[in-house]
Amino acid sequence: MLDDKDRIFTNLYGQAPVDLTSSKKRGIWHNTASLVKKGREKIIEEVKASGLRGRGGAGFPTGLKWSFMPKESDLPSYLVVNADESEPGTCKDRDMIRFDPHRLLEGCLLASVALGAHYAYIYIRGEFVRESEILQTAIDEAYEDGLLGKNAAKSGYNLDLFLHRGAGAYICGEETALLESLEGKKGQPRLKPPFPAGVGLYGCPTTVNNVETIAVLPTILRRGAAWFASFGRPGNHGTKVFSISGHVNKSCNVEETMSIPLKDLIERHAGGVRGGWDNLLAVIPGGSSVPLIHRSLCENALMDYESLQELDSGLGTGAVIVMDRSTDIIKAIARLAHFYKHESCGQCTPCREGTGWMWRVLERMVEGKAKVEEIDLLLQVTKQVEGHTICALGDAAAWPIQGLIRHFRFEIVARIEERQAQTQASSSIAQQKQQEIA
Amino acid sequence: MSKEPSSQKLPSSKLPSEGVSSKELPKELPPELPMVKITIDGEERECEAGLTVLQACEEAGIEIPRFCYHDRLSIAGNCRMCLVEVSPGPPKPQASCALPINEGMSITTNSPSLQNARKGVMEFLLINHPLDCPICDQGGECDLQDQALAYGFNRGRFSENKRAVGEKYMGPLIKTVMTRCIHCTRCIRFANEVAGVDDIGMLGRGEDVEITTLEKAIDSELSGNVIDLCPVGALTSKPYAFRARSWEVQKSESIDVMDAVGSNIRIDSKNGKVLRVLPRLHEDVNEEWLSDKARFSCDGLARQRLDRPYARNEKKQLVPISWQVALDLVAERIERAKTRIAAVAGEQCDLESMYALKKLLTARGSNKFDARQGGAQFDPSIRSGYLFNTRIANITRADALLIVGANPREDAPIVNARIRQAWLQGGLQQAYGIGTACDVTYPCRWLSEQPQHLLKIASSKDKERLLATLSAARHPMLILGYDALERKDGSDIWRLCGKIAEKANMVREDWNGFNILHRGASAVGACEIGFNQRVDGFMPLLISMAKGEVEVAIIMQADDFDLDSLAKCFTIYIGHHGDRAAQVADVILPSAAYTEKSGIWINMEGRVQMGCAAVPPPGEAQAEWRILRALAEKLDTIPPWNNLQELRTVLWKEHPELAEQDRPLRAVWQSLDDKSNKEFSLHVDPIVTKRENYYMSDPISRASETMSACTRARRELRRKKNAA
Repeated sequence: MLDDKDRIFTNLYGQAPVDLTSSKKRGIWHNTASLVKKGREKIIEEVKASGLRGRGGAGFPTGLKWSFMPKESDLPSYLVVNADESEPGTCKDRDMIRFDPHRLLEGCLLASVALGAHYAYIYIRGEFVRESEILQTAIDEAYEDGLLGKNAAKSGYNLDLFLHRGAGAYICGEETALLESLEGKKGQPRLKPPFPAGVGLYGCPTTVNNVETIAVLPTILRRGAAWFASFGRPGNHGTKVFSISGHVNKSCNVEETMSIPLKDLIERHAGGVRGGWDNLLAVIPGGSSVPLIHRSLCENALMDYESLQELDSGLGTGAVIVMDRSTDIIKAIARLAHFYKHESCGQCTPCREGTGWMWRVLERMVEGKAKVEEIDLLLQVTKQVEGHTICALGDAAAWPIQGLIRHFRFEIVARIEERQAQTQASSSIAQQKQQEIA
Repeated sequence: MSKEPSSQKLPSSKLPSEGVSSKELPKELPPELPMVKITIDGEERECEAGLTVLQACEEAGIEIPRFCYHDRLSIAGNCRMCLVEVSPGPPKPQASCALPINEGMSITTNSPSLQNARKGVMEFLLINHPLDCPICDQGGECDLQDQALAYGFNRGRFSENKRAVGEKYMGPLIKTVMTRCIHCTRCIRFANEVAGVDDIGMLGRGEDVEITTLEKAIDSELSGNVIDLCPVGALTSKPYAFRARSWEVQKSESIDVMDAVGSNIRIDSKNGKVLRVLPRLHEDVNEEWLSDKARFSCDGLARQRLDRPYARNEKKQLVPISWQVALDLVAERIERAKTRIAAVAGEQCDLESMYALKKLLTARGSNKFDARQGGAQFDPSIRSGYLFNTRIANITRADALLIVGANPREDAPIVNARIRQAWLQGGLQQAYGIGTACDVTYPCRWLSEQPQHLLKIASSKDKERLLATLSAARHPMLILGYDALERKDGSDIWRLCGKIAEKANMVREDWNGFNILHRGASAVGACEIGFNQRVDGFMPLLISMAKGEVEVAIIMQADDFDLDSLAKCFTIYIGHHGDRAAQVADVILPSAAYTEKSGIWINMEGRVQMGCAAVPPPGEAQAEWRILRALAEKLDTIPPWNNLQELRTVLWKEHPELAEQDRPLRAVWQSLDDKSNKEFSLHVDPIVTKRENYYMSDPISRASETMSACTRARRELRRKKNAA
């Protein structure tokens, strides 16, 4: 259990106002200049030492990612903050922006120093209308107070920050598609390599980071890498904001230490599973893109990268979707399949064609209108999509279905057999009737 | 990404040293790229750094299946067919088309897991493909068919409903069946990159993406190439729809005559009819592109043909007659005319027929002949003054360009595509133009329509100081077109441009930037064999015909000059279409079109190329040289040849350089102004383009229904554009 004194996001629930004055009271923008003056190398070093991993879902070590940026380049470098939070079940970035925008802005300044960037963009999800207003107000406040712009926060460092609103495509949360969209093009992922650190926004070195990754940065630099690294198991350090939704008594965002047991998280912060722990059916532990885990595995699961990977799932964005026994698990996953089919950009073959195929098969399976052999066919199709696409959306579409088949194959089989029995029964009744008529 | 073919790389020791000439213009040697060691399927190889894995595998002779990748287009990497495994690298298979090779990279191209991955991709491509091969025109030449056979499953597992996509309108040339589309985006990339129009794009997301032009024709002279590029039957040829299967047609290799580029073509024919024309790969000429007129005007070959000789009766009506009668009649008139005969050759005439015609006239003591029916003025005795000296392949190296009196986009779309490539590659920042402003698909500043502006440029008195820009460039080019040459002051503009070229240091040992952009396939050939003689050859000829100084005029395939001038002559028309000149002719001798005879054409850069007959001429029509041979026999001036081969032998004896095929002629630079050094007398009228319709500029394309449909479509397009 995380102590209150160790919370980074001290206004996650909007207890205090979001304006600059009250943000400053929470310690944001306090002596930022001294942090800026640590300089590029020192900041990257500290981030590396803190063990911070990207909070957007992939969990790539942040310090390492930053070190890929060219030290000397004729081209300008860019920081792009990915606030296009659209992963079903995930709503942490939204609340961070809604209630603590200045924490993000301060993080932008410090991250820009680490990247040598004098321009930063925040790409915010189009549907976050109010949040973008709040963020824009905060940016205006910061500019007015001299915290951004020339000689930002009196540190001698120049940073211009721009807010850009997306137009509502999930794929624009993929970093290269986000850059395309930011350039004014159709949001379609780019081929990698080249990676954005080499060729990014407008062909210049760029680093794209999640909101949470950037927002935790000032606190890490203030309290030290060792403090941050003291939480969680090795390789999974720090605190993390988890979003808990679904069949719990009190769905919420909560900041907790990494590696907290899943059960603790649900029981302590979300008021437990609806109808008690024994009513649990399955949990999707990291946003809709990761495979679900069966209740039998939830007992001992820890909320970190390694533990969940051992369970053939992943931490993803840390969005826990809880499903109790009232859930039609096939229908739930079919709905997710529809989401990915709808959000596929259509650029590359496996995802464009595969997502639709998988969704259609699943829709039939919901009603049992399938053959048992088709379960293996579906599994094969997910394998044909996984790892063969330009971006990770193909994987994200395949994994939930793989999780379903892994843990609930019996459920699908049962439904198919039930349906077959029904049709057989009804056809035999029909035969009988025909015979009677004859 | 495109690599220069190795045959083009000359060792630097062989650079030309004698005289200022454009011969052996060496391609710039690319800086020596370091070699990297890689392993492909367990075999070690050395490859040039900068290659992609796909290219390296291709060099090693290993076929990697692909749909979206194309040598001449940017890399999309979206079909996912070219997956390979690399180590060190990510654990999942990588798209080889987009992955550069690295030192020590180990590439696996055919592991069981890759075979499965390809099978998977193939299956995905096919699940929503209609599999309507029996009614698809692409059948037999379809990448999807071939690769499904080689890499796919042998059965389908998809039991859902297939996606259906509505048809799109892309103009009169391209037929769409968009349900077949596999979204490789080759057509989009071609339009954006090579053709330079943004008319094709992709709408929608996910499985609902659609390629579309938003229901309008593609506004490009190169649009037909998307048909070749489309790896499936989504974009097929509208005029060719359901005419033949690719394996039934006879394929003949020939040369296109619709412009002076000399594009290499393949003529597909069946039952003696030309069904379609396709480009043939020639890296230095047309690469693998072809202009729409060259590709689609072939239906004009079957319409309005002259298939038997005609002569006028007492009522001045043309009536069919036999060859015997026709030749007797013609011979008699020529005999009677003595030396008072003249000849005009058109833009599509082959070299042999022009040579035979010239010999026929000179044997009668006449030297009144010319092949510049538009009245272009330049000295046909100075080779470097009428060639496209830079050569088509070298255009991409240009870094400064002045266009005078030409619209390269319509005069030679292939040349224009190369200029656009020079701009895309970044060498050419900005082109400048004198003449009617037109959209050439790259930035071009049209400075003035007045020829006087050239004088200002030559004396550095213009605002832009263009001469300095051109001089400072490493590879400056000047392209002089027929809109300027066909003026009364054409020869002065020609001389002036030569002067500008010299002043701007465009003509150097390693580079010649002075270029004439010819329109006709016969233009350079006519100069080479002396069919064009004087600077202002055609206009005096026309005047003397109009004055009645010429008794017999032989018009060979020339329909685009002032035909009223022929009123006082006995006009013999040798040609293949009942076009304009046939209306005024007294005798018509039907001849063969370019698809129906073997012939030599010399393109604008002086490249001698030979075409083959694909089909026989219709009816009683004969190749021109045969007609002229028979006529000469009647006139008792029997030439020293009995067949085409002998004619060529005689021709090559007189012009030995023309015997060398597929190699541009050597041209030593000769100042255009050396004889008189007189003042330039320029007229005040603006340089404007006379040619209004790209699609219908010669007898064949004027007879073509497809070209007429294109004309209508473009007119509609322009009307809408102007309205908007």
